[in-house]
Amino acid sequence: MFEFVFYVFAVVLIFAATMVITARNPVHAAMYLVLAFFNSAALWIMAGAEFLGIVLVLVYVGAVMVLFLFVVMMLDINLEKLREGFVRHLYIGVPIAAVMVVQMLLVVGSGIMDPATLPGGDLPIPEDAANTALIGSVLYTVYVYPFELAAVILLVAIIAAIMLTLRRREGTKHQDPGRQVRVRKADRLRTVDLPRNSRRDSE
Amino acid sequence: MIGLSHYLVLGALLFALGMAGIFLNRKNAIVLLMSIELILLAVNFNFIGFSTFMGDLAGQVFVFFILTVAAAESAIGLAIMVALFRNRNSIDVADLDTMKG
Repeated sequence: MFEFVFYVFAVVLIFAATMVITARNPVHAAMYLVLAFFNSAALWIMAGAEFLGIVLVLVYVGAVMVLFLFVVMMLDINLEKLREGFVRHLYIGVPIAAVMVVQMLLVVGSGIMDPATLPGGDLPIPEDAANTALIGSVLYTVYVYPFELAAVILLVAIIAAIMLTLRRREGTKHQDPGRQVRVRKADRLRTVDLPRNSRRDSE
Repeated sequence: MIGLSHYLVLGALLFALGMAGIFLNRKNAIVLLMSIELILLAVNFNFIGFSTFMGDLAGQVFVFFILTVAAAESAIGLAIMVALFRNRNSIDVADLDTMKG
């Protein structure tokens, strides 16, 4: 049963990946990539990496692919022009991909990749441990500096993405918080002395 | 029985598909970014396969960092795409010749 489920997810994953690179419409490609990520998450959970499977669904399907869809829908792309040369590149891309698959299969099939013969690592997984708790326990101790570095990378990505897409257009109305804070009473308020003989006196 | 080689073969197939996608979609930089995501996914498959079948947690932590960097990369890549489309009105890779490289 386990093998059957694995093969189902694997076949759907390969199909989705094929459709990502051959879909005519970029929106469809993005949706097929979502399908590929879902199947990958299922396969990772089957391999015992529950935390990463959930992270893949939350971060990739929930955030990155939504970003992709936003950008695809925001840009008004000429679909016909994008397909030019697709068949011509097919004759280069497919043979190279096939050669790479054959080479990697040769390496995998040669028996070097037998887990029994490879040397073990520094962080052995205990038999009866929760995956998320284990990752949490090493992430903030052994890997604390890489973890903070990852946070800095995300901050840099935020700033870079904002600065790349920010543009100041002339003639638009926008707030200037600095001037708003610096404003004084005298700049906004003008007291006027009204004459005494207003309408009430004349009644 | 599902073994390490199953995950490695799956990773190899995904990697090759991503690679073919880079060759096929030379006109569409957004699908290029998606192909890069596929390649990174293939790498993550290898890490998780080794992590599981060798009983070592380091691979899963590394996948965590790869996911972080890949998210940052796609965010910046898409921002570049938007800036490019504003200036050139196209996302064809062949139009990226402003710097005459």
